[in-house]
Amino acid sequence: MTPASVPLPAQAGLAPILVFGWGNLSRGDDALGPLFVEKLRAALAGDPRVEFLEDYQLQIEHALDLAGRRQLLFVDASLGCAAPFEVTPLAPARDASFTTHALSPRALLQVFCDVQGETPPPCTLLAIRAERFELGEPPGPAALENLEAALGWASQWLAGHGVKNVS
Amino acid sequence: MTRSLETAAPAAVAQGLRRVAIDPLSRVEGHGKVTILLDAQNRVQQVRLHIVEFRGFEKFIEGRPYWEVPVMVQRLCGICPVSHHLAASKAFDRVVGAVPVTASAEKIRRLMHYGQVMQSHALHFFHLSSPDLLFGFDSDANRRNIVGVAQAHPDIAKKGILLRKFGQEVIRVTAGKRVHGTGSVPGGMNKHVSAEDRAMLRRDVAQMTAWAQDAVGMAKQLHAQNPALYDSFGSFRSSMLSLVRADGAMDLYDGVIRARDAAGQLIFDGASDQGYLDLIEEEVKPWTYMKFPFLKSLGPDLGWYRVGPLARLQNCDFIPSPLAEVERQAFVAWGRGEPIHATLAYHWARMIELLHCIEVIAELLDDPDILSGELMAGGPRRRSGVGVIEAPRGTLIHHYEVGDDDLVTMCNLIVSTTHNNQAMNEAVCSVAREYLDGRELTEGLLNHIEVAIRAYDPCLSCATHALGQMPLDVALVGPGGELMDRLTRSHTGDIVRDLQPPSSPAA
Repeated sequence: MTPASVPLPAQAGLAPILVFGWGNLSRGDDALGPLFVEKLRAALAGDPRVEFLEDYQLQIEHALDLAGRRQLLFVDASLGCAAPFEVTPLAPARDASFTTHALSPRALLQVFCDVQGETPPPCTLLAIRAERFELGEPPGPAALENLEAALGWASQWLAGHGVKNVS
Repeated sequence: MTRSLETAAPAAVAQGLRRVAIDPLSRVEGHGKVTILLDAQNRVQQVRLHIVEFRGFEKFIEGRPYWEVPVMVQRLCGICPVSHHLAASKAFDRVVGAVPVTASAEKIRRLMHYGQVMQSHALHFFHLSSPDLLFGFDSDANRRNIVGVAQAHPDIAKKGILLRKFGQEVIRVTAGKRVHGTGSVPGGMNKHVSAEDRAMLRRDVAQMTAWAQDAVGMAKQLHAQNPALYDSFGSFRSSMLSLVRADGAMDLYDGVIRARDAAGQLIFDGASDQGYLDLIEEEVKPWTYMKFPFLKSLGPDLGWYRVGPLARLQNCDFIPSPLAEVERQAFVAWGRGEPIHATLAYHWARMIELLHCIEVIAELLDDPDILSGELMAGGPRRRSGVGVIEAPRGTLIHHYEVGDDDLVTMCNLIVSTTHNNQAMNEAVCSVAREYLDGRELTEGLLNHIEVAIRAYDPCLSCATHALGQMPLDVALVGPGGELMDRLTRSHTGDIVRDLQPPSSPAA
């Protein structure tokens, strides 16, 4: 049995929506992705239609977490987007990062395409405006305001996908 | 061993070379920045690689309660958080008097650690290095990445992902969570492995072992197919340092410190990790925040060394698992009686360790101590402790002092990439001397510098936010300090020739 003949595992009973935020809680506004996940997870209180995932950065094995989903929402802090946040549909694409141990979101989708042989589920990137990623600092007040605005948008986004009981 | 990197010292300035100070890297963005200094005859006289390091993290830890630290230090690094988790735990075992920890605690920690090394090595070989090795060093940079591998060799890409996933699952069932694990605590562990999780992992062990053997075969074949390139590329002689078990076996979790010189002769052996400060000193240089560790007994000029898979495989007397030991012997035989110093041999050594890790994981999964038994130990309280572990990239040292109020008063970390600092500079210098043609930087040179740095698997992105934003910036500086050329490769693979100086000459 070669790995090419083995489909990547899609678990039974998988939540149709995956919300995936990444960043480092100890680096200032870089915490926005994990904080977004923490707050939305609490607001949804175990709703089986949504699964949450957080990590420091995107890695190749995260391609396994995308399999079998209906919708993907990626959430990241960004120094480059407009405040309070930007929403972008994502398509698979390559990048040529130098010796980074992490993937870009588009490259992760491309890995999924190539190893699964199919297009990934529809994916939306929610980039929340950040200002500083300094070690040991908490998220700044502006970033936290942006986070609240992003959570408000997420409630509407989830409602548009049939998840309406966000508390 | 000479110190050709430092020819811009006063004696070199007197010879017409100019000393150049480079602004330190942004730790957040984590660029790889290389400065090449030429002499009046256009020969490479000096190369400096500037990389990210953990400056500032020690201060971040100081003042925190000691029991928080094994969890906090995982935020140092997005790629090997478990190594920091366990090194800190081992250091605080000393503080709480838990020496040794219980058999169950040590075996579960070992399982976690070998899972960590396994997933990191799989990521490096299949994700970061296989594009170079499969497509060639001069191939299109847009193709030399995991996406290119996934398109051209989907079987290899999928093996890499599933090997890494297995290692991550080992971490999850031992650390308690996929990230930010809390399983290891000062004095032991806070949970056993469940019988269900053990059964789940056992199901995949045979497949993972077979794929790891394939990976060793692939690495070995690359050397056999092109020995001239693989033996000479970025090659230089150096000492090597690692932990080994007391009987000389490879041990990635615990042991005594051993160092060998470039000829393979012992410099010291059996040294306690608690006495690392008697063995190693860190030198500060004016052009980088990153320190340069060296062996005190040899001094800063001769005492630098390499760590990581290449060092571990040749420092140990044997690997205590049968399949990997056979492969170690084949590796050693390749050197025909001499230590192997080839930079690209890191890949081969790394895959032998990957195989070893799976063998150890298989053995530990069969051990009933991971399912039950005492988890915590304790004893007389101490004020300080050192935890040393062999992380995926090499020896990792955590050293703490704790006050009576339980707050950390001192923290010193020496991470693997710091140990390899001088060695990576040497590798880039070797490549620059071989591939720099004239006074202009070329894409080919950039490619080769990338390959040389990548062999060491440096953690350039530790704890940073720099997803996919790791440009390589190479500057060529003339004997008068003038910027002669500068190439930057962006995260999209675009190469930009930019003659804006990256920094100001200092002298």
